[in-house]
Amino acid sequence: MKLFRLRGGVHPESRKELAADRAIRVLPMPGRLYVPLLQHVGAPAQPLVNVGDKVLKGQLIGAGQGVISAPIHAPTSGRVLAIGDFPAAHPSGLTAPTITIEADGEDRWLETEVASDPFALTPDEIAARVAAAGIVGMGGATFPSAVKLNLSRKNRVRTLIINGGECEPYITCDDRLMRERAAEIVEGVRLIRHAVGAIEIMVGIEENKPAALAAMQAAAMGTEVRVIAVPAMYPMGWDKQMIRALTGREVPADGRTADIGVLVHNVATAYAVRDAVRFGRPLVSRLVTVSGGSVVEPGNLEVPIGTLVETLFQYCGGFAGKPARMVLGGPMMGVELATAAVPIVKGSSGVLALTSGEIGSVQPAPCIRCSSCVRACPVGLLPLDMAAHIRAGDSTGSVALGLKDCIACGCCSFVCPSHIPLVHYFNFAKGELMEQERVKLKQEATKKLADARNERIARIARERAEAAAKRKAAREAKERAAKEAAAKAATEVV
Amino acid sequence: MNKIAHSPHAHAPVSIGKVMGTVLLALTPATLFGFWLYGWPAINLWAVSLAAAIVGEGFAVSLQGRAVRPVLMDGSGILTAWLLAISLPPFAPWWIAALGSLFAVVISKQVFGGLGQNPFNPAMAARVMLLISFPLEMTIWVAPAPLSSAHAPDWLESLHITFMHQPLDGMASASLLGHVKTEFTRGAGLDQALAGYYAPLDALWGSRAGSLGETAALLILLGGLFLIARRIITWHAPVAMLLGVAVPALLFNMVNPNHYAGPMYHLLSGGLMLGAFFIVTDPVTSPNTATGQFIFGLGCGLLTWIIRTWGGYPEGVAFAVMLMNAATPLIDYYVNPRIYGRDRKGVSLTANKGS
Repeated sequence: MKLFRLRGGVHPESRKELAADRAIRVLPMPGRLYVPLLQHVGAPAQPLVNVGDKVLKGQLIGAGQGVISAPIHAPTSGRVLAIGDFPAAHPSGLTAPTITIEADGEDRWLETEVASDPFALTPDEIAARVAAAGIVGMGGATFPSAVKLNLSRKNRVRTLIINGGECEPYITCDDRLMRERAAEIVEGVRLIRHAVGAIEIMVGIEENKPAALAAMQAAAMGTEVRVIAVPAMYPMGWDKQMIRALTGREVPADGRTADIGVLVHNVATAYAVRDAVRFGRPLVSRLVTVSGGSVVEPGNLEVPIGTLVETLFQYCGGFAGKPARMVLGGPMMGVELATAAVPIVKGSSGVLALTSGEIGSVQPAPCIRCSSCVRACPVGLLPLDMAAHIRAGDSTGSVALGLKDCIACGCCSFVCPSHIPLVHYFNFAKGELMEQERVKLKQEATKKLADARNERIARIARERAEAAAKRKAAREAKERAAKEAAAKAATEVV
Repeated sequence: MNKIAHSPHAHAPVSIGKVMGTVLLALTPATLFGFWLYGWPAINLWAVSLAAAIVGEGFAVSLQGRAVRPVLMDGSGILTAWLLAISLPPFAPWWIAALGSLFAVVISKQVFGGLGQNPFNPAMAARVMLLISFPLEMTIWVAPAPLSSAHAPDWLESLHITFMHQPLDGMASASLLGHVKTEFTRGAGLDQALAGYYAPLDALWGSRAGSLGETAALLILLGGLFLIARRIITWHAPVAMLLGVAVPALLFNMVNPNHYAGPMYHLLSGGLMLGAFFIVTDPVTSPNTATGQFIFGLGCGLLTWIIRTWGGYPEGVAFAVMLMNAATPLIDYYVNPRIYGRDRKGVSLTANKGS
């Protein structure tokens, strides 16, 4: 198949060989699981259990709130130990509302509703099951999948693209999933197709994963699913990049993929959809790649949601020497972990322990305007000019250059010969703009309230004055009447 | 408290030092060939240039209270001095090189804020300053006298030439461009001017009067191709500059071959090759986008040809580059890449469900 030309991108050292040939191993159930209530884009889930409650594996413990949200389920059977704040996977080390579950070791599933023929379900039923299973985009975006499904059904998407790009270096969990569970993925893909009624179905896989490509092609044989090799180039797994490579179309900057009739899901999401639709099983575990130069025995683990990152490292033989940096996610977009005592969430594709050699960080030097960043940017931005504006304290000026279109993929920082942390600048500016926006909203709200109050006071005063005037008029009328009556009476007397 | 490290947590194996080092490497063959061609005086001049740049930049940086070592180690000052040195007449006196280098790194670069901040190419700014201020010293060229030949000045003699102003009896010569310009002012046609003075192959191999960087057009070209292969520079600006000179040269030559020299004459003479591959590709003073760089290169080429053809100076690369340097912010303002999902004006594309 003819692929379409892409722009920008970089070729980081893939380092996938560290874990790519390690078969999936199931992590033994840890004693405690720390399940955050916000593991997705949108509103956090509302806890439905109390401390001390017994829960079964797959039991709903947090209900989704609002339009964009996702429910949370117990990853194993046991007892609710605590509901409260626990460190989240964020460089700040800040806490997030979390349900702590003490495993009872039985790992007993809740009775679930198995669909003997999932393809007999209506699209509505499939969407409902996906929503109930708490499935989110597992490539890392963690957008609630059911919301995407419903949006796509409303927009009648034509093309379903399954993203097997996995362009982040080191990360191999999707690769392993495709190699070992291709048939299940293809079934999940066909269920999604069934739900949205897409006509064209393509699975895009980077050509640096030949085994996964072969396994998926074999599994898709005889179905309407086409498995296509795409160039190995970061960020191939950016959904919009994948769309461009496979269809040649671009998603409008102000729109969603559904606007051009395309729905994109990750391969791991398709796998989770199959579990949810066929077995009624919610998303309570995922594959995580444990890798990096400091890890003794890198590998790919099937991990219950809520497992601490340190447990994964321990299971993989611990560290060979102190790692220079621990990262949740891939090296290009992942976040630094201040501590490994944070839980794995639905969007965690990997945990890395990197040596200083792998990080390659040195002191930033001045920008020489070499425009390597301009050539590397897959979006078509001018990172060097944006950073210059932000450095000068002009975040608004960087918006005019396209700051809001930046996807923080890290290509610019990666190629910069001066080692300028460009993405850091951009995320700083995005935060600053968000803050400005908040302040503005607050000011507007305050002004509205103040205006309303002034108006109210004025109205009350007006009403009082009117009432007083009325009373006065009535009184005067009465007095006048009395006077007239008195005068009349007087004349009559006379 | 640890400083928070932001993604990406990996980096391409690149640095400014490596970029500058690669450019210096690309310049080395042409420079060594020039050393052989012009002998010890050329080597002296090169050494004085580099030494002056290092001392001058170190002094300027220490005045700013910044660490001197990392600035000197990035290699950018050395590159500037090197480019300047190979654009000078090889037998020029030492103070020309010293003054030029100091002007380049201190006035044209550090005064503006150092690496990355200078609006004009420092080497070209220095060359233009020297040419305007010291026209005599800057236009005395010598015919090549390879180190192995009998009439090459020995090392002691070279010290006299470089440092003591020893007159260049019998060795002085004019560069090709200078010679033709002089002949034109005498009313001669191109056929007379070039008779016995011009052979394209000589230009390729460098056996004619000129600076180190212009005699061996072929080695400069190879150095440039090496930089393109190593992805230090892209083809846009160099090709555009060569086109900017060659296309008008070809057109005018077709109209009046006796007055307008052909493209080969222009491409292989003067500082054009050096300019195309090592000067207009200077990232600091050229535009950010490929299209912008093409426009920039085209402008440099066109202006060079115009100055050579109708201007008062025989060579125009340095002037052309500085004029286009001044236009770089303008080009960058108007030439931007198209953002994904937007049209050229930055407006979001409209939804189109395809067929």
